[in-house]
Amino acid sequence: MSIEPSHEHPVHKDYEGSKLGMWLFLFTEILLFGGLFLLYSVYRARYPLDFHTGGQHLNTFIGVANTVILLTSSLTVAMAITAMQKGNRKLTMLCLGTTIVFALMFLVNKYIEWMGEIRRGIYPNGPALLRLPNGEKIFYGLYYSMTGLHGLHVMAGIVALSITLDFVRRKKITNTDFTKLENVGLYWHLVDVIWIFLLPLLYLAA
Amino acid sequence: MTNLAQSDPIEYRSFLDMEGRKGILSWILSTDHKRIGILYLAVMLTLFFVAMTIGVLMRIEQLTLNPPLFAPQTYNAFFTVHGVIMIFMFVLPGAAAVFGNFFLPIMIGARDVSFPRLNLLSWYFFITGALVVILSLFTGKGAPDTGWTFYVPFSLRSGTNVPLGVFGVFLLGFSSILTGINFITTVHRLRAPGMTWHRMPLFVWANYATAWVQVLATPVIGVTLLLVIAERLFGIGVFDPAKGGDPLLYQHLFWIYSHPAVYIMILPAMGVITEIIPTFAHRTIFGYKAIAYSSIGIAALGSLVWGHHMFTSGMADTANVVFSLFTFLVAVPSAIKVFNWTATLHKGSIELRPPMLFALTFVFLFLIGGLTGLIQGALNVNVHLHDTYWIVGHFHYVMFGGTGMGFFAALLYWFPKMFGKMYNEKVATIAWFPIFVGFNMLYGSMLYLGYMGMPRRYYTHLPQFHAGHVIASIGGFILAAGLVLLFANLVVALFKGKKAGPNPWGGVTLEWQTPSPPPFENFAEIPKIADRPYIFNPEVSR
Repeated sequence: MSIEPSHEHPVHKDYEGSKLGMWLFLFTEILLFGGLFLLYSVYRARYPLDFHTGGQHLNTFIGVANTVILLTSSLTVAMAITAMQKGNRKLTMLCLGTTIVFALMFLVNKYIEWMGEIRRGIYPNGPALLRLPNGEKIFYGLYYSMTGLHGLHVMAGIVALSITLDFVRRKKITNTDFTKLENVGLYWHLVDVIWIFLLPLLYLAA
Repeated sequence: MTNLAQSDPIEYRSFLDMEGRKGILSWILSTDHKRIGILYLAVMLTLFFVAMTIGVLMRIEQLTLNPPLFAPQTYNAFFTVHGVIMIFMFVLPGAAAVFGNFFLPIMIGARDVSFPRLNLLSWYFFITGALVVILSLFTGKGAPDTGWTFYVPFSLRSGTNVPLGVFGVFLLGFSSILTGINFITTVHRLRAPGMTWHRMPLFVWANYATAWVQVLATPVIGVTLLLVIAERLFGIGVFDPAKGGDPLLYQHLFWIYSHPAVYIMILPAMGVITEIIPTFAHRTIFGYKAIAYSSIGIAALGSLVWGHHMFTSGMADTANVVFSLFTFLVAVPSAIKVFNWTATLHKGSIELRPPMLFALTFVFLFLIGGLTGLIQGALNVNVHLHDTYWIVGHFHYVMFGGTGMGFFAALLYWFPKMFGKMYNEKVATIAWFPIFVGFNMLYGSMLYLGYMGMPRRYYTHLPQFHAGHVIASIGGFILAAGLVLLFANLVVALFKGKKAGPNPWGGVTLEWQTPSPPPFENFAEIPKIADRPYIFNPEVSR
């Protein structure tokens, strides 16, 4: 920490501190989804058969495809960090760009999947869903809440990745000062990890 | 430790008087932790007086038996808005956001918090959340009428503007989380050289424990409130019994946050009391480590007792017994603190100046609040007391008698430091009297009324409760008058107060070694800490 008195905030950068802050933020994200996982486990115990039927109806192909896409995007964001550590700015930007493209692909797939369900009338208060037993209503209620909240996180991730990409382009993130890049990588891995739990709980549970 | 107050007066420039932007922008765009603390203070006190006025209106309603002065639906909106504002915008963020922001960095010898811009952002979340809640009162089909707990299924069926109000509270939660992240990181990273964990002032310990609860518990209510909004907008069904959802799960998720939130409210206030008592007893704190670790103990145990809000909701007997047991256990670390405070007073040379007066009031009222909590924590008694005025009385003893008095004590203690002006101590002492008497008339009567069976949240009451209600209302008016006097005195001091000097109370923690008000970035040179805090008489203490 600099000790010269100044009227600006000290220009020191506390990398450890910002990573600590990021990890704390990730804890809060886990607990945010934790509330939903708690609801899921209680309702699954209460309506095991309906959750089984609900899971069978979901589009497992898109679910698995999206898993592959997200896992690969986690790889590319990790590569972006390594590229930056080695001082390769162009490769960093390429990797970040690829990650954003993967994220967009994920959302497009999600859109196709949701639209498929909605067309069948399976959405909250949808005609087909209202005819199903209560357990399946809950299953789909949770399906939309969990994948919806996760989708919002993917969107937030796209924004964060784009800003980071711009920072790299404007040389605000360099190979000596890349904590922001590491933090956005951490966030993206979290989005990925949450999906890893959503896939078996919703799609493969049948 | 060098005495920084005596540094060259020409260099010194207070944070109230810094270069750069002028006017309101110099406040609302400032990332200085002290300015942000004062921003919180200004907004919170305004909201406090709004909610207090609503409280007074409720007491006026209870003065009459029939016909009611306000329509029943208006009364429902009154207690909802009073609760939402007081809990989510005053008591909950209160002491941490105002005094934590202002003093935590100074007390650990730092120039600011770890993330100053994030700190400002959290104030913006706070003010946006507050505005959204206020907007929900005047738009849609009327102010929310669910009570501050937003219990389903009523909050799903109520025709009033629940979704917007709930969204406002969600934003307030965001503010709380960001502040928590900031404080934890600050305590870990920015302690001055020599400021080891066991040399930190206990107010810092209390805020550190609070910050962990904020970080770990608030997201749970965040997602719960989001689900209520989704339920209202789309009908996802997870809390809706008509679709197989279970309202009890809402209560669980709500209290998983909202009970630990009680400790978010009380811990920083306890920290304040721990600062004030040694200063005015001129004696080092008794049981430093016990107080420090009991803060952590309260934070940890307090996270395991949420079920005691639901003893009559239909949980399993096993769950009831376990939650009741933990409720009794959480009293232990709280009692440790009370014993340490009183032990600190023992053989001290006590000076009964206004901050000390309010600090002792805290101990007294919190004791009543805590002990009544044990009574209702017993399963069989709880069945009788649940949803009565007893509960209302109990949590006002804890939340107002505890956190509220702690907040006032902190304000009286640190006001000279924050603004560099001294208030009229005699008037502050006079104002204490109606506050103390009115408080006990109001909430003491509530304990009695509830014990006799008066249910909470009713706009009117049966004739046998009338006398109790009249006493409570008169007490409420006396209390409100005392509060007005207390704050009028501070406002006058803000403009006309005498210069306070760097250390009007003879405090020994770091904030008293800076000039009043502290300069921008607090310290010209980061102090080196050589010893534990609260050493009033170095020769004797060694």
